[in-house]
Amino acid sequence: MPETATAPAPVVLGKNQEPAPGQSPKGRSLWSDAWRDLRRKPLFIISAVLIVLLLAMVFFPGLFTSASPIDADLTKHFQGEPNYGHFFAPDWFGYDGQGRSVWARMVYGARASVTVGVVVTLVVTILGGIVGLVAGYFGGWLDSLLSRVTDIFQGIPFLLGAMVVLTSFAERKVWVVSAALIFLGWTQIARVARGAVITVKQADYVHAAKSLGASTSRIMFRHIVPNALAPVIVIATTALGGYIGAEATLSYLGIGLADPTVSWGIDVSSGKDALRTAPHVLISPAIMVSITVLAFIMLGDAVRNALDPKSR
Amino acid sequence: MTLLEVRDLHVDFHTRDGIVKAVNGVNYSVDAGETLAVLGESGSGKSVTAQAIMGILDMPPGRIPKGEILFQGEDMLTMSKEQRRKLRGAKIAMIFQDALSSLNPVLSVGYQLGEMFRVHQGLSRKEARAKSIELMDRVNIPAAKDRVRDYPHQFSGGMRQRIMIAMALALEPDLIIADEPTTALDVTVQAQVMELLADLQREFNMGLILITHDLGVVADVADKIAVMYAGRIVETAPVKELYKAPAHPYTRGLLDSIPRLDQKGRELYAIQGLPPNMSRVPEGCAFHPRCPAAQDICRSELPPLAEVGAGRGSACHFWKETLGD
Amino acid sequence: MTEQSEQSRKNGSEGKREPILEVRDLVKHFPLSKGVLLKRQVGAVKAVDGISFDLYPGETLGIVGESGCGKSTVAKLLMNLERPTAGTIKYKGEDITRLSGRALREVRRNIQMVFQDPYTSLNPRMTVGDIIGEPFDIHPEVAPKGDRRRRVQELLDVVGLNPEYINRYPHQFSGGQRQRIGIARGLALRPEIIVADEPVSALDVSVQAQVVNLMEQLQDEFGLSYMFIAHDLSIVRHISDRVGVMYLGKMAEIGTDEQIYEHPTHPYTQALLSAVPVPDPEIREGRERIVLEGDVPSPANPPSGCRFRTRCWKAEARCAEETPLLAVPKVFEAAGTGAAHASACHFAEERAAVVVA
Repeated sequence: MPETATAPAPVVLGKNQEPAPGQSPKGRSLWSDAWRDLRRKPLFIISAVLIVLLLAMVFFPGLFTSASPIDADLTKHFQGEPNYGHFFAPDWFGYDGQGRSVWARMVYGARASVTVGVVVTLVVTILGGIVGLVAGYFGGWLDSLLSRVTDIFQGIPFLLGAMVVLTSFAERKVWVVSAALIFLGWTQIARVARGAVITVKQADYVHAAKSLGASTSRIMFRHIVPNALAPVIVIATTALGGYIGAEATLSYLGIGLADPTVSWGIDVSSGKDALRTAPHVLISPAIMVSITVLAFIMLGDAVRNALDPKSR
Repeated sequence: MTLLEVRDLHVDFHTRDGIVKAVNGVNYSVDAGETLAVLGESGSGKSVTAQAIMGILDMPPGRIPKGEILFQGEDMLTMSKEQRRKLRGAKIAMIFQDALSSLNPVLSVGYQLGEMFRVHQGLSRKEARAKSIELMDRVNIPAAKDRVRDYPHQFSGGMRQRIMIAMALALEPDLIIADEPTTALDVTVQAQVMELLADLQREFNMGLILITHDLGVVADVADKIAVMYAGRIVETAPVKELYKAPAHPYTRGLLDSIPRLDQKGRELYAIQGLPPNMSRVPEGCAFHPRCPAAQDICRSELPPLAEVGAGRGSACHFWKETLGD
Repeated sequence: MTEQSEQSRKNGSEGKREPILEVRDLVKHFPLSKGVLLKRQVGAVKAVDGISFDLYPGETLGIVGESGCGKSTVAKLLMNLERPTAGTIKYKGEDITRLSGRALREVRRNIQMVFQDPYTSLNPRMTVGDIIGEPFDIHPEVAPKGDRRRRVQELLDVVGLNPEYINRYPHQFSGGQRQRIGIARGLALRPEIIVADEPVSALDVSVQAQVVNLMEQLQDEFGLSYMFIAHDLSIVRHISDRVGVMYLGKMAEIGTDEQIYEHPTHPYTQALLSAVPVPDPEIREGRERIVLEGDVPSPANPPSGCRFRTRCWKAEARCAEETPLLAVPKVFEAAGTGAAHASACHFAEERAAVVVA
């Protein structure tokens, strides 16, 4: 239709109606907003520093100690008090019952713990995420089926289940322990993901995409996954600490990792017999477990606050 | 007699982006038996002012750096917490937009109504229940006797808003503040609830502050109007005069921009632009970027609320021209 | 079931036009089920219960009604976001409720939607350019790849936004601006029909007029047909050529805006109109107000016969037994006045001084 003289001119917004204060016309995505927010949070900075240190221990343990965690020198059996002044020296935290450097074992123990934590979290997030996405998006009988299966796994007591699974393996390496934790741990993420997907699915922008004729995969990966990701990331980060704790617990009980793998759980276990005479052998690796778990839980909290300011 | 008077009230919020001056020197008053409508869009400060009067402002992040709120001659801002608490409910009551979230979902409505009497008047359970039924009858809830044990979710939106009104009325307050009381309701139910509120106000000779964005609702019930924009009052007037001859370009624009049931025009007048971001309110008159009559002075100087007639005020440098057009 | 007489009157000068959309006996029941493992149906919410109407090219059909009347469900059915329980929706003679796959995608190009809530209708993780450009990704035949950025910027300009905002995200805009973005997305494929479900009710009063004007301007520019669904009777009157009034899943009355607003014959329409607050204190004194008793009944368990009878002051025994049909009441058939339009009431009559001066 031709424009008539009486047709109203389009309302053009002036300079003063720029939506964002003092920003360039560049876009600021919610992710970059969250990152800006996160960078300034002390909670995040502390946990990030701790995690970076842990990762350094995983990849470059030589930077922290010259001693080997498995070199045993029985002449140093429970030797002496820890020399708290000898930073990074083999005798910084003394020696254990077999004359191994406690500090070296603290450093090398990070590898097993962090590997289990990261591997389990990654696989669980992908696996649980897919189950949650499919159940939440398609609904109906598929949802009923997947939700019941999730419920059944959820019903297995976590540690008891892990113990039963692990006792059926002769050799318990890092990947075996990880597999056991994955087997029992994916339900938590699946539930969170399903809930998030159901919420996002009802948003009008999903309806808008559908009414444009968008394909199922487009709706899922362009619209639903990016918006349902935030709660999953938060839960996964917090859970990571939990998996590290679970690994230590299982190793302590003697059904997790086994020698010669260096693990904090094993060290706490072997330290318990000499608790009264040489408490540092137990306390030092226990502190490492606590700090690591705490670091990831704090990270999860900080991420939650940054991604969803309303939940505070 | 002046029941409530707000004098030069300021409310700030401390946010990540700096200090937001949500309310910036507001003055208004209500007499017993009078209805004052506070009209404004989102972010105009109309609800924040009401929360400050009620004493339910979240502090922090909120702060009242300046101002007085005189209730029956006494400044509520200098009162002790205990004194204020006693006023709330007994002398001043508030009705919210969302009745469902204002009622406790796990307690029966009878219990919640009766609580007012038990706490404030020390009545027994039985007496309180009898009073609750009486109140529910008053606000025209059918079969009050049978429904007193029901829970909020068992009532419809209109009925829940009636229950909120009943709660507000329980202790026969002198002043009711209603924040968008009918916005969430359907048109036919809206009419019922407004009529009820107006009837009760007359009966008890209460003051009523009606906070709304709806010019239609205001025209139906208010005696006088305060129009708010960007934390300030830009115009006050008795209701008929305001509609007949607005003295501020913003009011004028609002009136022209709403479609009328009784008129069918092809094009609506539209106020240009958007309401301001409250962390960056324009200098001078806050409305100047959207005002068709803005001059240089409007960009630099804040217009005072000038008296433009009996009981009328307009915060516009050019109110004469606006009135005269 | 729509009225020939009324349509031919309306279209008399231009000759008889073919409707672009024909809706017949549309029904949508949402099953209510109980049980955790084995679900069994215990009833149904009768959201839409047999409605029929036509939409003509270039016109605006307003649908008004209160919450629970089924107006939003009608929008979802038209958009094929829900499948009807029964009935047909014919777009240029083809029943779109039976389509799927490619044929459905083709039709969708021509029917687009504008949503109520500008805060949930835009994906917060996508840039404005991606949001408005998404229709082109889905229908690549409409715009060649190299041309898309320019097309998106054109669309931004058409809806009155700065084309440089293309890389911004929705949360950087206000409600009114977001609604413009939603409209730009709806326009991208050059549709013939736009279904707008409460497009301005979430906006500030001073911004509503801007969006309404924009929609009218776009209608002229692109020759769009609108289905304008709203609860605000004043805005519906302003923008609509014809208006349908819905109550509890049924159409109570339908006609031109003048017929509905000046000569309503259905008691529900009369009550609805009389309840609208008019922003003019002078008029309110001369106005008669019909204040209805009670609330809208649940659509899961609607009254027998006429849906409105439980709140109607005219209701008689007949209203409970016999469902009134949507047709021009016999008394007005020959009259040729504004009252001669379809109204589903056994006792349809005009009522003076219902609305306004």
